[in-house]
Amino acid sequence: MAQYLRKTNKAKEFFQLLFGHPMGFVGVAIITLFLTMALFAPLLGTVDPSASGDVTNLLIPPSSQFWFGTDDLARDIWSQTIYGSRISLTIGFVAALITVFSGTFVGLIAGYYGKILDEVLMRIVDFFMMLPELPLMIVLAAVLGPSMWNIILVVSLVSWPSTARVVRSQVLSLKERPFVESSRCIGASNFQLMFSEILPNVVPLMFAQAVLMITEAIYAEAVLSFLGLGDPTSISWGMMLHSVFESGVIAESYWWVVPPIVSIVTLIVSFSLLGTAVSDILEPGYKEKKGF
Amino acid sequence: MGLKRFILRKVVAAALTIAVIICANFFIFRMAPGDPVRMMFRDPRVSAESLELMKQKFGLDKPLSGQFVAYVKNLARGDLGLSFSQRKPVLEVLASRIPNTLLLVVTALTIAIVLGVALGAVAGWLSGTKLDTFILTASVTMYSIPTFALGIILLLVFAYLIPIFPLGGISTPASGYEGFELVTDIGWHMFLPAFSIVIWYVGEYVILTRSSMIDAMGQEYITTAWAKGLKKYKILKNHALRNALLPVITISGVNLAFAAAGVIEAETVFAWPGVGRLTYDAVSQRDYPLLQGVFMLFAFAIVLANLAIDLIYGYIDPRIKVGE
Repeated sequence: MAQYLRKTNKAKEFFQLLFGHPMGFVGVAIITLFLTMALFAPLLGTVDPSASGDVTNLLIPPSSQFWFGTDDLARDIWSQTIYGSRISLTIGFVAALITVFSGTFVGLIAGYYGKILDEVLMRIVDFFMMLPELPLMIVLAAVLGPSMWNIILVVSLVSWPSTARVVRSQVLSLKERPFVESSRCIGASNFQLMFSEILPNVVPLMFAQAVLMITEAIYAEAVLSFLGLGDPTSISWGMMLHSVFESGVIAESYWWVVPPIVSIVTLIVSFSLLGTAVSDILEPGYKEKKGF
Repeated sequence: MGLKRFILRKVVAAALTIAVIICANFFIFRMAPGDPVRMMFRDPRVSAESLELMKQKFGLDKPLSGQFVAYVKNLARGDLGLSFSQRKPVLEVLASRIPNTLLLVVTALTIAIVLGVALGAVAGWLSGTKLDTFILTASVTMYSIPTFALGIILLLVFAYLIPIFPLGGISTPASGYEGFELVTDIGWHMFLPAFSIVIWYVGEYVILTRSSMIDAMGQEYITTAWAKGLKKYKILKNHALRNALLPVITISGVNLAFAAAGVIEAETVFAWPGVGRLTYDAVSQRDYPLLQGVFMLFAFAIVLANLAIDLIYGYIDPRIKVGE
């Protein structure tokens, strides 16, 4: 119970610090807006975003019927923009979850056991980090075929090493601390030491990594879709830009270009701001400076 | 001694990485569903005989191990296969695009590094001030904006809406420009794509240099320099910045891997005839041999550039020569 209380206080303190940080506040506010948009998409005056409309409604500018106008298949751009948030956020969160958990697992094992296991795992990490991310993602997405799950798979496959690396260096220092030593002395197993002693202390770092990974995954999905490797069954912002770019009417139909660009840039920038705020807060000494 | 071993280790690591990339490149493309020959030559006009010939040449009539041997042999001869969309050997296609990409990347990187390091040094030196907060926030925003999104905005505003810059390409087609006129023409075409790459990189370098600068400023040799009564500018330039640049150089290598992304995005938006645009074309044509070649080129370039940076670092950082 005491431990539980301590944890909630820590979380409360963390969020107080986060909202007090200008970048953190702006980031969280905008992300909340997008989450609301994604959650209540059907209630926001939307129609089926991939349903082609009447031929007489091709590429019409914003009007009272089509708030953001229509595309070259007479589809409603307002609906595409609103529903696009679902795709970006889903891919961002799911890919980040997979990446952070697998990266943490590898980092924990490598850092805790050390020696040859560490050496081998870190060589693999080094190798992955040396590869050019986007070309690798393009190649994998092209070979695996376009689908939302393949994009998630590709993004996770390419991004786990950086988490593994930072978690490992944290574990290296944690495992020498007295609290781990004392648990070992009273007979804790390796498993217990890793998961109930060391892991809880890595959680703040995992959180910071998760924000970073969400940002990267959203960006990766947008780029891959823009390059024509997106899931054709669900229209994302990147894919909207791909369509307008390929259609050749980019100059005449600003209403088709502006919504997806503004959405992508705003969402990615707000996650970056949040990420910067989180890493500031986790920096040793920040709490004290703010009088906590 | 320390330096020699350091170099040897780096060279061996690079060679190993290249070997793994070669293997990975083979297996990734075998993962694709369907007949590899059909996949490689999707053009229905390719006759059955030439398909047989291709099968033999790439060893695709043999089991997987035989195919791998044939692949490595061809690679050693510089034969990366045929690009069906361009109807030319992949190597030839790549070679014709490399100079254009180098021109764009080197220009953009040089501008970005100079600007980024200068702004980052100022922000780090004045850390905690309003100017520092402004530079930092601007940088985080700048490096968060996807290059292709920025590119499309620039294209719309400065090529369509206010037609100052050309819509794309590397030079005005059939203009007959020569000499100085041609150089200006290329520079004019390069402005927007280079600008969209520079924006991302400046942000990245500001953040790196700033934090490295703050680290360096906390060191005792800075206190000593102040105590010696050195001029502020001298401390900034000779003591703080010099030491702050070491980590910036190491991370530049890692950054190169991201440069590939900027190149692909900017070249795609502005139809710059380089390796990045080639990647996009290969994807949209599903030209797998070409895509394979492009990926190999990017990977090799980054491994070699990293090796070069490591070696330079070996000379710059005195701790390595002494062998720590």
